[in-house]
Amino acid sequence: MRRPALALGLVLLAAACGSQAPEQAQPPSPSASATSPAAKGEATTIVEPTDGPIKRAAAADLVIWADDTRSPIIQKIAEKFAADKGVKVAVQQLEFGDIRDNLVTQGPAGEGPDVVIGAHDWLGKLVTNGAVAPLELGDKLGQFKEVAIKAFSYDGQVYGLPYAIENIALFRNTELAPETPKSFDELMKVGLDLVKQKKATLPLALQVGPEGDPYHFFPIASSFGSGVFDVKADGGYDPAKLLIDNEGGLAFAKALDGWRKSKALSADVTYDIAKEAFNSGKAPFQLTGPWNTDDAVKAGIKLAVEPIPSAGGKPAAPFVGVQGFMISANAKNKLVANEFVLNYLGTPEVSKELYDSGKRPPAMTSVYEQVKSDPIIAGFAAAGDIGQPLPSIPAMDAVWTEYGHAERDILLGKGDPVKLMKQAATKIRDKIGD
Amino acid sequence: MTDLARSGQRLGSLAGKLLLVGLVNALAVYGLVATYAVRDWGIFAVILVATAAVDYVYFSRRTLASRYLLPGLIFLLIFQVYVVIYTAYAGFTNVGDGHNLDKPRALQHILAVSEKRVPGSPPYKVQVLAGPDDRLHLLATGPDGRTTLDGRPATGVPADHRVLPFRDLVGRQQEVLALRVPLQDGSLRTEDGSTGYIAKPTLRYADDTLTDTVTGTVYRATERGYFESADGKVLTPGWKEVVGLDNYVRAFTDERLRAPLLSVFAWTFAFAALSVLTTFALGLLLALTLNREGLRGRGIYRSLLVLPYAVPSFLSALVWTGMLNQSFGFVNHGLLGGADIPWLNDATLAKVSVLLVNLWLGFPYMFLICTGALQAVPAEVNEAARIDGAGPWQLFRRVTLPLLLVSTGPLLVASFAFNFNNFTVIYFVTGGGPNIPDAPITLGSTDLLISAVYKVAFGGAGREWGFACAMSTIIFLVVAAISAAGFRRTRALEETYS
Repeated sequence: MRRPALALGLVLLAAACGSQAPEQAQPPSPSASATSPAAKGEATTIVEPTDGPIKRAAAADLVIWADDTRSPIIQKIAEKFAADKGVKVAVQQLEFGDIRDNLVTQGPAGEGPDVVIGAHDWLGKLVTNGAVAPLELGDKLGQFKEVAIKAFSYDGQVYGLPYAIENIALFRNTELAPETPKSFDELMKVGLDLVKQKKATLPLALQVGPEGDPYHFFPIASSFGSGVFDVKADGGYDPAKLLIDNEGGLAFAKALDGWRKSKALSADVTYDIAKEAFNSGKAPFQLTGPWNTDDAVKAGIKLAVEPIPSAGGKPAAPFVGVQGFMISANAKNKLVANEFVLNYLGTPEVSKELYDSGKRPPAMTSVYEQVKSDPIIAGFAAAGDIGQPLPSIPAMDAVWTEYGHAERDILLGKGDPVKLMKQAATKIRDKIGD
Repeated sequence: MTDLARSGQRLGSLAGKLLLVGLVNALAVYGLVATYAVRDWGIFAVILVATAAVDYVYFSRRTLASRYLLPGLIFLLIFQVYVVIYTAYAGFTNVGDGHNLDKPRALQHILAVSEKRVPGSPPYKVQVLAGPDDRLHLLATGPDGRTTLDGRPATGVPADHRVLPFRDLVGRQQEVLALRVPLQDGSLRTEDGSTGYIAKPTLRYADDTLTDTVTGTVYRATERGYFESADGKVLTPGWKEVVGLDNYVRAFTDERLRAPLLSVFAWTFAFAALSVLTTFALGLLLALTLNREGLRGRGIYRSLLVLPYAVPSFLSALVWTGMLNQSFGFVNHGLLGGADIPWLNDATLAKVSVLLVNLWLGFPYMFLICTGALQAVPAEVNEAARIDGAGPWQLFRRVTLPLLLVSTGPLLVASFAFNFNNFTVIYFVTGGGPNIPDAPITLGSTDLLISAVYKVAFGGAGREWGFACAMSTIIFLVVAAISAAGFRRTRALEETYS
């Protein structure tokens, strides 16, 4: 989920020059509406510096915040929108992670955007802070995959137009491991054998890092029947019902301890070490997401993307993250924002263009059908079909750290795995109860 | 110098002063206009007072000393005093996730979100019309093909009405968004000007309470900054509210915080003291070594030693984290030939590791100031001591070191205060870890007070800025007290040796 840092402080005035040009003399047109002056629409992209609060682009009818990978496409659609409707659009390019926090702080100050691109798991924070407005998708609801709509729903309202689905899957180096492993045990056996033969340094590239990594370990935990939160009647997660230390969660803890003893997993593997090992052909398998596909292929790895095999007998369900467009609750131009999101961004053509730039499985069913012939996309989708939306409730903030610490401490052999998992669960319940 | 020349010089300096103060005033006028335009009265007043002070001090004859102090004083007030006071004030509020808005805005948002589309109701094709009096009307066509104007049956656009094009809707969107046409069991509204839905509010506001129209639950505004029902259910967002001493009281009375924070305080003190001691010792040793006249390549050595200081500290810290990795790091693998030392994974070794990394980051600074201070020690003093029969150790212990401490003492105190809150090194090298599983809160063995507070305030369900500010204020008071005591000690040194 890392994105390359932007060039700092760079301000592009790409299309802004257009506004300096003298207005061309228009021949009087009888069809022009009497009250509406023939306003000329335009769209500009502004690259924002990565430090300090962002200020809303002035004098625009519609302001969109997007990150560097998506802003070029949005700029294109914005140009069409501007020309069709005769409005001024500004696309402000931010670091992806900065969009969320700036929306919360700058929105109420009147410096926020009308539309943002974002991830569904921001919703807890955005909704509790009153930063986003519900979006009425109407008939469009049925055009998206169910998991995408479920992810963008919060307290019974839909808050975003989903466009891409993101989840981790099993990356397999088909030269090192020609067969799809049927189970997690088989995967580990293949990996450990390769390490023994000195053909690999890691049996499975699975990042742990200094804080543990519950996101990447979740499919394994869920295959033991564990989870993070139980589901309420309305489909949302229930923060009062933590599942990490249920029967399955404790079995998962013991399994981690076993993999520590067999040296199949190590707490010292970081994101960089895992990626480097797989991309240099020194690990037959990696659990990772679409953000690493390009680099693996570029490194010359013969890559297969497949569902994650089960370790505990139940399906290995990864967390599913959904990206989409949201409308700020503090939008200055909500009407324009709604028109743009619903009727310009929410089309199969735009969805396809966004797919072409980022290669994330599309959330729109019809577009997914067009692209599923790509085996990598189909692999991610197959892994994600059994997935569950990443919880977006604020209580999730309390889970990440302690759940990660428990996994890491077990892999470091710091004590009884069952006790470590239970201690973490107690601390999380404590924090949520506050 | 002749009188003429002197008065000419005075005229020149007056012109220079007028130019500079004029520039300051011009900037101030610009600032005043800009802040007036956005109605920011706080900053407006600050600029006004500061400019008046500048004009008075630089043109009055009785304020010579203030002329040198004023610029520093203004910056001190804005960047230090104001920040500390504001932080302390925020510690008296509940500001944080869920409490970022003021109350009217929070209420407005809750009501807006509570207006939900009636489940299963069909979409309507709508057009926004302007009537002869320029008021807006909604022309809606249902899925059954029937057309209504403001809820009454209609056949099309009436002759005296006109359809507003999108461009005109943009200018009047607040009016368009506020349009509600009673239809069936709710009201028709449009959010994009082309499609309408029947929606119904699910909350009703009266007497500072919100009532759920379906379940009848009553939510009252409480001093916690929420609309809260009798059984403790809250509506989000809440609002900012002054909560008095709550945050400060929690810092001292929360059982789960007290014991861990006491042990963290002890380690923080040790970390800061040892960091100052080790960096100063190494810096001084190197400074003494390279202070010898006639050492070849002295300039090169000195430049090389300053290099760690020239690299941003978080970058060095990240590199060190990688190098100290137990299984894959360069230290174990490259330097120690495949050793398996848990540099960052063991509680005690991790403490040693952060001290070592901080030594690497900090000694060039000490080296620089010691080199400077050594050159200021008069050669006669050393010579006199040598004639009196002092050996090299005695010379260092009795003459050089005390004289050095006079000039470096205040910097050592400052370095202690800086390391007391050295979030960067801890955050990037160990993240506070290794984790202590038995601790009642999220805590690591190398956590300093500041990073422990960060974990407590921002590691739960949402960020608690108010609590973080209260804790920061307490830490500020601790550091201020220690620094004050330290400065008193250095003043005593100064009196003895000067």
